[in-house]
Amino acid sequence: MTLKINDVEIEDTYAEAFNMWGTRLIITGKNPKWAMQAAVTMTGFATSVIGCRCEAGIEGETQDTPDGRPGVSVLFFTMTKDDLPKRLIERIGQCVMTCPTTACYNGLQASDKLKIGGQLRYFGDGYQGSKLIDGRRYWRVPVMEGEFLIEDKFGMQSSVGGGNFLILGENPDVTLEATERAVEAMKQVRGAILPFPGGMVRSGSKTTSRYKFLHASTNDAYCPTVRGIVKTALPDGVNSVLEIVIDGLDESSVAESTRVGVLAACIPGIRLITSGNYGGSLGQYKFHLHQILGEGTPK
Amino acid sequence: MTTLKIKTQSNYPLEAEVITPDNFIGKTESEISEMPILLGNQTLKLGDLFSVEGDGSSEITLEGDLSRVKHIGTGMTRGKIVVHGNAGMHLGAAMLGGEIVVEGNAGDWAGSEMQGGKIHIHGNAGHGLGGAYRGSRHGMNRGLIIVEGNTGNETGALMRRGLIVVYGNVADFAGAFMLAGTVIIFGQMGARAGAGMKYGSIIAFHQPELLPTFHYDCVYSPIFLKLILQALKAQAVVIDQNWITGKYRRYSGDENTLGKGEILVYDQH
Repeated sequence: MTLKINDVEIEDTYAEAFNMWGTRLIITGKNPKWAMQAAVTMTGFATSVIGCRCEAGIEGETQDTPDGRPGVSVLFFTMTKDDLPKRLIERIGQCVMTCPTTACYNGLQASDKLKIGGQLRYFGDGYQGSKLIDGRRYWRVPVMEGEFLIEDKFGMQSSVGGGNFLILGENPDVTLEATERAVEAMKQVRGAILPFPGGMVRSGSKTTSRYKFLHASTNDAYCPTVRGIVKTALPDGVNSVLEIVIDGLDESSVAESTRVGVLAACIPGIRLITSGNYGGSLGQYKFHLHQILGEGTPK
Repeated sequence: MTTLKIKTQSNYPLEAEVITPDNFIGKTESEISEMPILLGNQTLKLGDLFSVEGDGSSEITLEGDLSRVKHIGTGMTRGKIVVHGNAGMHLGAAMLGGEIVVEGNAGDWAGSEMQGGKIHIHGNAGHGLGGAYRGSRHGMNRGLIIVEGNTGNETGALMRRGLIVVYGNVADFAGAFMLAGTVIIFGQMGARAGAGMKYGSIIAFHQPELLPTFHYDCVYSPIFLKLILQALKAQAVVIDQNWITGKYRRYSGDENTLGKGEILVYDQH
C-alpha cells in the first residue's frame, strides 16, 4: 500500500522501540531563565544511552508547579530500573542543585518510587532538614546561595525509548527545514521528548561495525556521500537525511509524537519518510507509520 | 447526617469520646442514643443528654454549648464533625483522619497528639493545642490545625510533624520542645517561643522576643514555605501573595538542645 502526504511518500515500515524506565521532573526557578538553565544543563549530553548512560529532554515549560514559580518539565530515561536513580542523582546533584534559585520536584505519580532527595540530602552534611507537606516529603539542603529544595521520592514507570523516523530530502536545507517543523510540532506533545540536539540527529547509527572495539557505527545505507559504494537505502534524488528519535513515558505518547512530526515534515522537497528497525527482533514495541498516520490523515 | 443537640448544661464535664463518625457510621438513631457517655463518675446514655436525630452517616453535627463536653472526635479516623458553638477539652485528640470544624471556641489540648486529619477552629483555642500530654514523648504527628482566633500556652509543644496555623495571637512557649513540623503564627507570639526545640519551624509575622539561645542566620525567601502557603491557599486560608514571595529572617535554635530548629520572621516583600 502506498501512502502519500502532500506528495511525500511514507514508507510502509515501522520504528522498533525498546523498553526503558522513565521519570518526570519539575524544575522551578526564580524566573523562567534559571529554571530553563538547570533543565538545559541537566539534559545536556543525554542524547543516547550508548554514550551517555541516559536519555533526557525538556518536555516543556509549566506554570503548574508546587511552589508556584516558573517551571520546566523534564523527562529522563535509562535502560534499567537500577540505573535510573544513579543517573538522576548525578544529574540533579551536578546540574540542578548547583544552579541558582532552583528547586526540583517529582512530576510523575507512579507506584514505583525512586529515592532521590533522600540521597542528595547528605550533601547537607547534617544540616539538612525535611518537611512533610500534603503527604510528600521534601528535603532542604543548605547551600551557599541559600537553600536547595528537592522532593524525597520520584515516581518511575516502564517507558518507551527509541521511537524514530527518518526524513529524506532533496537537499540539506529542505531536510533541515522539514525536520525543524517536525520538532516544533512534536514539542507540543506531552509525555514524549526528543533527546538529540535540537530534537534531531544527523549521525544515525547501525548496530554493527567493522571495528571490534565499536558497537555502533554510521548508518551507511542512508549516507548520501557513500551512496555509490554501499548497499544504499536512498531513493534517487535524496541528498540529505535527518532522523528524529523519540522517548516517551508510554506507547501512546510516542505514537502521537510520531504522528504530528511526520505530518509536519511533509513539505515540498522531501522525497520519503521512513523508520529504522532491526527486523523486529530486538525491540518490544513497533510503531507502524501507516497505522499511526491512519484514518483522518490527509493523503 | 446525625445531629446531636445538648439537652441540659451540667457543672460536671462530659466525657464524650463516643462521639466520632467511626462509632456512628451504620448505626440507627436508637442505637446511637443507647451509647454510653460519662457525666462525672456516672455512666449515662447519649440519649439522656442529647437529642439524637438522623441516620448513622459519616457526618455529625453538634448543637448547643458544648464547652464542657470533652473528647469530641477523639481518635476518629474518618468523616466530619461540625460543632455549632464551643467545644470542650481534648477535641480531636489523637485523631487519625477526617475533619472537625468548630464554629466557636475549643478548650485545652485540642488536636493534642493527633496523627492525621484536619481541625478548623473559627474562634479561640486553649492551651496545649496540637501538643503533647504530660509525660508523652511527642505531640501532634501529622495533620493540620487552623485556628482563626488566639491560642494559649504550649501551642505545638513537642510537635513531631504536621502544621498548625494561628491567625491570632499565641501565648507563651509556642513550639516548645518541637521535634519537627511547622507552626505558623500570623498574630503576636508570647515569650519563650521555641524553647528547647530540636528541629521544626516556627513562622512568625511579628518580631517576637527571642530566647538568647536562638541565633540570627540570614534573610532569605524559603522555598518550602512557598509550598506550605500554597497548600494553605488551596485549603481556603487567606494568604497574602507577599507572604509567599517575601523574605524572612531566619534564627536557628534552640542552642540548648540540638539547635536545628528555626524561627522565621517575616521581613519584607
